[in-house]
Amino acid sequence: MIEFVNIEKGFFGVKVLKGVSFAVKPGETVGLVGENGAGKSTLMNILGGNLQPDAGEMRLNGQPYTPRSPRDAEHARIAFIHQELNLFGNLSIAENLFIGGFPRSATWLPFIDRRKIRERTSELLRELQLPYGPDTLVERLSAGERQLVEIAKALAIDAKLIIFDEPTTSLTARETERLFAIMAKLRERGISMIYISHSLSDVLNLCDEIVVLRDGAVVGNAPASELPMERMIALMVGREITQLFPRRDTKPEEGIALDVRGVSQPSVARNITFQLRRGEVLGVAGLMGSGRSELARILFGLDPCAAGEIRLNGQLLNGLSPRERIQRGLAFLTEDRRMEGLCMEAAIADNAALVALPRFARGLFGFVSEKKSRAAVRNIREAVKLTPSARDAQPVKTLSGGNQQKVVLAKWLLNEPKVFIIDEPTRGIDVGAKHEVYRLINELAARGTGVLVISSEVEELIGICDRILVMRRGEIRDTVGASEFDRERILRAALHEGASV
Amino acid sequence: MTTTGSNPIGLRLLNQASLILFAVVLIIFGVLSPAFFQPTNAVNILIQTSSTGILAVGMTFVLLTAGVDLSVGSIMFVAAAVGGKLILGGWSLSATLVVMLAIGGLYGALNAVFITRLAIMAFIVTLATRYLGRGFGLRLTETRAMNLPESFYEFGAARILGLPLPVLIFAIVVVLAHLTLTRTPFGRQIYAVGADLDAARKAGINTRWILFLVYVICGFCAAVAGIVALSQAPAVSPGFGNNREFMAIAAAVLGGTSLFGGRGAVFPGTVLGAVLIQTIDNGLNILNVNPYLYPLITSGVIFIAVLLDAIRNRTLERLNRRRIFVEMAADQSAVKKSL
Repeated sequence: MIEFVNIEKGFFGVKVLKGVSFAVKPGETVGLVGENGAGKSTLMNILGGNLQPDAGEMRLNGQPYTPRSPRDAEHARIAFIHQELNLFGNLSIAENLFIGGFPRSATWLPFIDRRKIRERTSELLRELQLPYGPDTLVERLSAGERQLVEIAKALAIDAKLIIFDEPTTSLTARETERLFAIMAKLRERGISMIYISHSLSDVLNLCDEIVVLRDGAVVGNAPASELPMERMIALMVGREITQLFPRRDTKPEEGIALDVRGVSQPSVARNITFQLRRGEVLGVAGLMGSGRSELARILFGLDPCAAGEIRLNGQLLNGLSPRERIQRGLAFLTEDRRMEGLCMEAAIADNAALVALPRFARGLFGFVSEKKSRAAVRNIREAVKLTPSARDAQPVKTLSGGNQQKVVLAKWLLNEPKVFIIDEPTRGIDVGAKHEVYRLINELAARGTGVLVISSEVEELIGICDRILVMRRGEIRDTVGASEFDRERILRAALHEGASV
Repeated sequence: MTTTGSNPIGLRLLNQASLILFAVVLIIFGVLSPAFFQPTNAVNILIQTSSTGILAVGMTFVLLTAGVDLSVGSIMFVAAAVGGKLILGGWSLSATLVVMLAIGGLYGALNAVFITRLAIMAFIVTLATRYLGRGFGLRLTETRAMNLPESFYEFGAARILGLPLPVLIFAIVVVLAHLTLTRTPFGRQIYAVGADLDAARKAGINTRWILFLVYVICGFCAAVAGIVALSQAPAVSPGFGNNREFMAIAAAVLGGTSLFGGRGAVFPGTVLGAVLIQTIDNGLNILNVNPYLYPLITSGVIFIAVLLDAIRNRTLERLNRRRIFVEMAADQSAVKKSL
């Protein structure tokens, strides 16, 4: 189907791809894995015509393939399903499918053949079992449904090769399942796929072949059956990570850092009660939509709280604004760092210093002391092990996902929080950066900070927490201590829909 | 985690805010003055609306791409000044009109070159060309008013199929614009560009060309608006067209077009907004209200329209907020617990 032969690409003298070669056979699904910065996106940008390779060539069904623009890729029947979807919410599903090239009703008229695009769209929607009409506005669809629209778009151009780039990050468990079912169907039709994901178990389940990239080179290329998880991780990282989850030697202290009693909010949370001790790492498990993230927003004061008490070191937080809660020592790392956690255009240093800015103010007018803030940012950079190649003045958007997450962590650490709420600490970041983030969480706990970790990855919670709360439908259904950690028990509590409440 | 699919009545009313506002204004004036509902007055309102309305239609194209054109008033003035010079210099009416329309299109193209090729913000570019055009026109007319010959007035008073020519031109512009925006690939791509420029580029849309064309269309509409305005009062004064860009923006926004791009429509939206502004003017005139109060009342209505839109957006946001579980009626769950 498609073959990469010795693809090389460099930016400003830094080689990002060092002669990448592999092939995708017709009807085959290839998993592409590697740490952030391994060169996956660059390679896919070359395939999509957004970038031109410095050397090497691509062959499509044996013919040389040299795309100069996304249009060329489309003509070659190659479609991309990106992590950030490229749809227009203000247009209908049908219009979104044909926005790049509408069929005309007659060659001498400038009008769109609306009947034709409606019919074709209805057909595709039926095929994907999406229960909407072609005129439905895309903004009314959920993230998972929009992704299906992207797939419909790929089918509309009769794609022979579809690239999925981290497709499951914004999907619920059910939507992910549906996506995988549809991928199986595509495969039956003989469509080739490249599947890029940090979720290695998904890659193992879905793919025939797995290609592992490290530092711009292929370090592994084998059938999925010959690449068990540990081997894949070892290849990605270049060393055996014996322990993804670093050991923590400190135990939680006696004092209670965060005391939550009977917190309720109509339609969102019901009678949430728990205590977070100093130096404790407390996990919150639950499916997407179980109320995990909503609970965090309530605790931080972003959403209203109708009943119950929230106390930080004995101080009542109810009714305080997020700003006042930050002053009292609360920190909150949101699940969506792109939208909520970072100013992507601003410099690393400015982002890091943002929350703690009042601490660096001095003098009569409260001007920010550059010197103080610089020094503090420098210390924290070292603490979070931010990549040394990044300059303080560099915009955050130029960093990889893992390093971006470190900047967000740095931002909150500068404020020396007493309680740190972390929502999805390792979403979309690579194994190496994950390890760093876990290490930082341990360090925080060792210094006596109470850490509340919300995550959809149960292994992660089991690996780093002292205790795990399981949420379902806005309530805490189970509390599991470290000695009784059991993946099955946690999942059962998160999933169970029954009368025995 | 569900989002509500059905629209409650409150939201449906808010969606029609400009229509309701229009009805309220009509009723108030109708009650206060019987002369207001005369058919001749309705035609009058339409004639008075046509110039601003055409200007607002062009502006809608630009606003839909999340841009703005502050130079349209100056385009009207430049086209009128050049046209006046030509016709007083002995040119025929039709040749003059063709030159005026060409000036509008070229002026729009000038804006477009700066915006799309040099990537300067539309706000800044058109602010500059607004003063440029005003200055050029004032120099050309030597800041004196120019009275145009009878032919212009006759042109404005002409009726075709019983419709006054300005209203007919307005109607043609609206129909063409509406069809372009809703039925052609170009029109739908305008909405895509306004919603997300980057995604539009990735979808293979020639975004530069789309942006170029909307400014040309806007400039062209400004020239048409200038011609229609001259046909009603055939004199080019130094203040001709001054500040009309704000009337045009107000009309489009009143009609529900978003300044952030991607949302809005020429029909009924912008047309309704333009007619509404003119209706208020006309009604106040009939009621003999102190002219100094006109701007206050007009701005009050615009403020209410924008306020309603903000309330609508907030309501939408609240309705779309995530729900984790469906809240049972309090007594019902109490019963269940006691069982």
